[in-house]
Amino acid sequence: MYRTLWAVARRLGLAAGLVLAVLAVNFTLIHAAPGDPAMVIAGEMGGSDEAAMAEIRKAYGLDRPLPAQFVTYLSRSLHGDLGRSYLLNRPVLELILDRIGPTILLVFTALLAAITIGTLLGVLASRKPDSIFSGVVTVTSLVGYAMPVFWTAILLVILFGKVWPVLPIAGMRDVRLYGGLWVRTLDVLHHLVLPAATLAIVYVAQYSRLARTSMLEVLGSDYIRTARAKGLGEGPVVFKHALRNALMPIVTIAGLQFGHLISGALLVETVFSWPGMGTLALESILGRDYPVLLGILTFSAILVIVANLLTDLSYRWLDPRLRGR
Amino acid sequence: MMHATRRQMIQGAAFGAAGSLFGFPMHVAAQAAKGGLLVIGTTQRARHLNSAVQSGIATMSPSAQIYASPLRMSADYKPMPYLAERWELSADNRSVRLNLRKDAVFHDGKPITAEDVKFSLETIRDNHPFRSMYAPLNAVTVSDPHTAVVRLSEPHPALLLAMSTSLTPILPKHIFGDGTDVKVHPRNTNPIGSGPFRLIEFKPGEVIVLDRFDRFFMKDAPSLERIIIREFKDPASLLLAFERGEVDLYSGLVDARDIARARKVPGVTVKAGSAPALGALVWLAFNTKSPKLADKRVRQAINYAIDKKMIVDTLLGGMPRRATGPIASGSPFYSANVERYDLNLAKAAQLLDAAGLKAGANGVRMSLDLDSAPGVSDVRVTQEYIKPALAKVGIEVNLRQSPDFPTWARRVWSYQFDMTMDSVWNWGDPVIGVHRTWLSSNIRPGVIWSNTQQYANPKVDELLAAAGREMDVKKRKAFYDEFQRIVVDDCPAAFLLEANYHQGAHGRVKSPPVGIWGINDALLETSVAKS
Repeated sequence: MYRTLWAVARRLGLAAGLVLAVLAVNFTLIHAAPGDPAMVIAGEMGGSDEAAMAEIRKAYGLDRPLPAQFVTYLSRSLHGDLGRSYLLNRPVLELILDRIGPTILLVFTALLAAITIGTLLGVLASRKPDSIFSGVVTVTSLVGYAMPVFWTAILLVILFGKVWPVLPIAGMRDVRLYGGLWVRTLDVLHHLVLPAATLAIVYVAQYSRLARTSMLEVLGSDYIRTARAKGLGEGPVVFKHALRNALMPIVTIAGLQFGHLISGALLVETVFSWPGMGTLALESILGRDYPVLLGILTFSAILVIVANLLTDLSYRWLDPRLRGR
Repeated sequence: MMHATRRQMIQGAAFGAAGSLFGFPMHVAAQAAKGGLLVIGTTQRARHLNSAVQSGIATMSPSAQIYASPLRMSADYKPMPYLAERWELSADNRSVRLNLRKDAVFHDGKPITAEDVKFSLETIRDNHPFRSMYAPLNAVTVSDPHTAVVRLSEPHPALLLAMSTSLTPILPKHIFGDGTDVKVHPRNTNPIGSGPFRLIEFKPGEVIVLDRFDRFFMKDAPSLERIIIREFKDPASLLLAFERGEVDLYSGLVDARDIARARKVPGVTVKAGSAPALGALVWLAFNTKSPKLADKRVRQAINYAIDKKMIVDTLLGGMPRRATGPIASGSPFYSANVERYDLNLAKAAQLLDAAGLKAGANGVRMSLDLDSAPGVSDVRVTQEYIKPALAKVGIEVNLRQSPDFPTWARRVWSYQFDMTMDSVWNWGDPVIGVHRTWLSSNIRPGVIWSNTQQYANPKVDELLAAAGREMDVKKRKAFYDEFQRIVVDDCPAAFLLEANYHQGAHGRVKSPPVGIWGINDALLETSVAKS
């Protein structure tokens, strides 16, 4: 227990350093990009003269040297103040907290669906690797994997928007709907189906392939043969003894892929008008809204770091041999 | 006294957390609309909701619902009472007395007074991007809580229009007069309004929810219980939602194929000419100080070489109107009595020859850069046509795409361009939206949508100055007729298109907006049949 706590504390310390490094790199890169936020703000206001632009630069601290801007930004960030949006004039933290819930919902639903369905398909395919079922799983997975996520999204929009209009294709809720929490929750879940499915399809392929290969290797192990020799049924052998060991590479990949999932969510959110951090990021990029963009990148980095931390911890849960290390 | 059990408390917390996670405030979820609910679809993103300091329909449309203005405008540009029951122009046209309603209150219950009118007009004069709109405003004097006198340095023929919905929201002085810069005031996104609807929810990029204000000073208005302005990322998604009936009203239909699709939806009515006062023109502006384009014969030749009829009928499916000059045809000051520059390649070649631009061995007379404002579909399509069109008269065109608005704007306001395409709006009256682009006094480096053509003609300056202080409509029209004739002849821009916005409404929408501002006016009469 003590060792686990120490390991967690050590990783948290490293994570904090990593977040600071991410902040510095992002700040430098974003400010190195061409484009003047004052011009964007002036344009959004319907045009402005040089005096008003100078006023805008002063109001947002854009007239100060870059290192001075960074020091101020860092100091405020450490106090939980990520600045104000140039375009929306609202605190960045408020904007992100407003949008992070939908993104987490989308990403975790997609991840959970991809792992569950992918692993199940992989396990079933591994039991008879030369069967037609295994072949179908392999081919279907590869097709899903080969399709770019935005293309899958557009195909699903056409299918469920025009051809078979049974699922909502935009937004997170039906704005006309009135009702209690359960009605609204079901409505959100209804809206979640297509974006989550789009995001999950790519990863189902990867997890099913990984689970199949991993299971084939484990099923050939001596301890599985021993279990069968003891007279254990096929169910307990596969799902109790083999799967637990086969899950290790899947968990590793899930942790590593979290960052990819978030970037995939950016595209999916845009196509489905899902009100998450992806759409906010896109608006911020187009509008040169540096504080919001920096805030999103920092939050994304924190999410990825936390996901990897959880991955590390789950190793300990899956493999008791690691608990002592 | 009842106490919540631990299970109930946990359930409550779980419901709250779920509500927050699923992105909707619980107070909205709990409220049920009793009457008509109108869902408006838009692709415009509102930064905030205060049109006193922000132009553009993204803000004007919700702001017109949240704030009342002194006056409203009828469909034929006649002022009508709104917050002001009566108004009286002085004999010298240098002041207007506004008699305000005594029963009007803000959404927080505080009375709307002449002090609020004074504060609002002066705020708009000092902060709104349309500087010419209230430029002659000297001061507003308050003689009693319900009487304000607007004092001008010179007669201002567009004053009553400027005081109409969309352009002059009456702000609460007790909220916005706290010393904070109004342009960045936190209440811009969480307003206390004076209009027929109060803000319930504002999620930029997603939705604006407005509910009927029960203490609104017009007793039978508004009809609607709730307005939801739902934002879509692109016109394709919006059209799909409109086809599926998720959106009741779509006011920005402009693409011919989209309009045709909307017309096929059962029960939908699509009407042309929505919001005529906006007067959106698409033009090809010339940098008149560029040595290549300083000779007006070259500019005229380019204009003659562009087939506007083909652009309208073939490229854009006949939906936009053909523009003929700097004032849009929906304006009472529009004149068709100008040179039309119909396609005439022979004349174009003749003019270029006369200007001394002979074709070289490769058939090229000159080379010009063509920029365009990003994000306007009609502009993009037309720009691609202009390259081969001008090649026919020996002008080589280099298309320069700008990745974003700032890049394009910087090229234009620093005059680093030969030709540029853009969509520029008239905004109801020439004083507000037209003068700015042609007055030589408004050649201002660093200011987009000023006179970036660097066009200077003393006669035009004189005509605009006269029209800008003339109160007699007929005399004013005469000034503008002459102005249009000269500008079109001088050709600092080739006037190509007038965007013809169509408004699509499902059959359940009764009395959809038809005024000069369209959906950017207060929706007092519109209602939606209950289903």
